[in-house]
Amino acid sequence: MRIRPKTDTKIAEGDLTPMIDMTFQLIAFFMLVINFSEVEQDQRVQLPASELAKPPSSPYEQPFTIHLTRNDQYLFGGATLSQLSLLESALLKETQIIKRHTSKKIEEVTIIIRADENAKTGQVQEVIQICQKLKFEKFALRGKYSDIPTLGGS
Amino acid sequence: MKLRNTEHRETIVLQMTPMIDIVFQLLVFFVFTFKIVLPEGDFSIRMPSASASTTSQPSETPLLKVRLIANDEGELVSVQLGDIPLQDQPFLELQTQIRSLIGDAGGPGSTEQEVEIEADYHLKYRYAMNAITAITGYIENGEQHKLVERVRFAPLPDK
Repeated sequence: MRIRPKTDTKIAEGDLTPMIDMTFQLIAFFMLVINFSEVEQDQRVQLPASELAKPPSSPYEQPFTIHLTRNDQYLFGGATLSQLSLLESALLKETQIIKRHTSKKIEEVTIIIRADENAKTGQVQEVIQICQKLKFEKFALRGKYSDIPTLGGS
Repeated sequence: MKLRNTEHRETIVLQMTPMIDIVFQLLVFFVFTFKIVLPEGDFSIRMPSASASTTSQPSETPLLKVRLIANDEGELVSVQLGDIPLQDQPFLELQTQIRSLIGDAGGPGSTEQEVEIEADYHLKYRYAMNAITAITGYIENGEQHKLVERVRFAPLPDK
């Protein structure tokens, strides 16, 4: 039996260039689309569409976001609240923190209301009313931007 | 002069492994922190409490009232602007009425006019949003025109 000489064996090297090219492309893509801003979105809330709902030109200064789901639940500060009174006490705590630790006026704090499109309008009004009771004045009703007209017609 | 021996020139192999390691680390970081953010926008309304608003100066322009009536399922039944009922495509009609009322013929939107929305409790919120859209502005030739900026909800009736 003839034994082949071992000296001819070479290390097989794959061409890594296309893979590195693709990887850099992916990194560039993710770097461009990444958004570090703390946008409070919740999958449980499907916002109503509006063609006029354009993002605000300047971000609000430390706003409060209240979510309202279609199942009549309130989401505030990471907690799910089933009753309006619980939301009221949570908001009261926040207002006390603002009063004690900041120089900001309650009237200047914006309340962002993210209500589901199938939530009851009356509940949105109730949320606004309890905020008014706590001296909040600025509200932002959030909707999702739509390219197509939402009022009907062409 | 002695020439260097050029016969034994060695090929330089770049060490790719650390670079690929880092690149993959970066890729994994970006993939995990990636979050799809849908475009959202706001309708800013300033609504002081009822007691505070009574102390302010009464507006000279009359308050326009929009009534949204719902059935038991929360679907919209009818829309009224003051006493005028709006029938088919009510929100478009509402927008037309408001445009004619505040007379925005080429001019800027009315900042003085105030509109109060009185909606039934069970009405689905998307109809209220439609009403706010119809009242606050419209898009023509790709440009946004403002109509009434001061919109508020009517106080809820006491239970």
